[in-house]
Amino acid sequence: MLGIWGVGVVASVVYPILRFLSPPEVAEDSTQEVSAGKASSLLPNSGRVVPFGAEPAIVIRLAGGELRAFTAVCTHLSCTVQYRDDLHQIWCACHNGHYDLTGRNVSGPPPRPLTSYVVNVKGDEIFLSRKA
Amino acid sequence: MSVRTWLEERTPLVAVQEAIDHKSVPRHRYSAFYFLGGMTLFFFGVQVVTGALLLLYYRPSASEAYESVSFIMTSVPFGWLVRSIHAWSANLMIGAAFAHLFSVIYLHAYRKPREVTWLSGVLVFFIVFAFGFSGYLLPWNELAFFATRVGTNMPAVLPGIGDHLVYFMRGGRDVTGATLTRFFGVHVAILPALTTALLAIHIALIQYHGMSVSPSEEGRVERTGKPGPSMPFVPHFMLRELFGWTVALALLAGLSAFLPWELGRKANVFASAPAGIRPEWYFLWMFQALKYAPATFFGMSGELLVLVPVNIGVLALILLPFLDPNTARSRRIIKVLATIALIFMVAMTALALRGGTA
Repeated sequence: MLGIWGVGVVASVVYPILRFLSPPEVAEDSTQEVSAGKASSLLPNSGRVVPFGAEPAIVIRLAGGELRAFTAVCTHLSCTVQYRDDLHQIWCACHNGHYDLTGRNVSGPPPRPLTSYVVNVKGDEIFLSRKA
Repeated sequence: MSVRTWLEERTPLVAVQEAIDHKSVPRHRYSAFYFLGGMTLFFFGVQVVTGALLLLYYRPSASEAYESVSFIMTSVPFGWLVRSIHAWSANLMIGAAFAHLFSVIYLHAYRKPREVTWLSGVLVFFIVFAFGFSGYLLPWNELAFFATRVGTNMPAVLPGIGDHLVYFMRGGRDVTGATLTRFFGVHVAILPALTTALLAIHIALIQYHGMSVSPSEEGRVERTGKPGPSMPFVPHFMLRELFGWTVALALLAGLSAFLPWELGRKANVFASAPAGIRPEWYFLWMFQALKYAPATFFGMSGELLVLVPVNIGVLALILLPFLDPNTARSRRIIKVLATIALIFMVAMTALALRGGTA
């Protein structure tokens, strides 16, 4: 009887605490399209990190002028990647992960490629959107 | 009636006085290691005092944390000193805790009947790392942001529960202001409460059992048939300990004055991780090992090649008194394993310090 009472008291205290410690689920980010700034200010062989909803995205202008965009979250341990103009690669400074300009993980610890975004230019403004 | 008599009638002052008078510390060639636990405790005390002071000005939100630390360092009288001492003392505490842990392993002080002393101590050791990890984020600077992103993402590779653990640690999907508030609560309330309870058990058990003497010293006493030399705790050992603490305080003051702790740049969640980024020195060995891990390993995440052995090592460390049958051979094996672990950590740390990341 004492045991049941004890378990009841402990459970009634511990259960709400454990539930309190678990943060409530928030809705997935539903951003579909964002502006990535002016196209004219993104020089060839350079990159720019911009917000895509709650996450960073990287938009790159290749040496030939083509624009490409990917999620900027490294698939290894979620650091934010950057463009290396000396290597012509996307690089993560945290653990030396390298991706090529198609987003493919080519060396270092990243296990997966970067997800790519669709790039559209309207006037002088770059827009990134999720692939359908 | 004197104050002393008044207290003696109402508290066990006489019994405490007698216990102190009879407390002694063995003297032998390893006696110096007895000071390491006290040194760790000293740095912890410094953390409590400076941490309480910082709390008076620190504001735990993503929009205000960096600014409040900057205010402490630039506008609050002696704020730069208090914050620098807090940061330096944290590092020295981890260093002292490391040295204490390894000395206990090498001297086999965890063996029967000190298993519970070991368990309480090793749990405090891990809590000290949790203090370091949670406190590192609080200034909300660039280095701290990415170190926390990396650190909290590690459990993601665990099958089944990984993503839930990451969500739980971060207080959401990513490292945000919610993570900062969560880490702040853990750093200033939950961890201190756990540490206080465990330290009380740890110190009480040390008083109960007395100082451990290594098996080799025990053997020497058995061979000679005479008890080994000892010194009274008060005043001989205590004065030596206080001298050590004074030196440590001077070291803290010197480091804080001549190498004040940098604040760095404010965290920007949409900025790239800067080149040369790396965690605090006590996580460098793991940081470097993760760099060497392949992307995948037989279809599994390559990080598991690092994280699984580390977790097995942690578990083995916790259970050490129960895994070691305490024979001459097992003690030798423990020493060799501890030395390999130490060499691995030192070598990885040296590689991380030496090498750039590009």
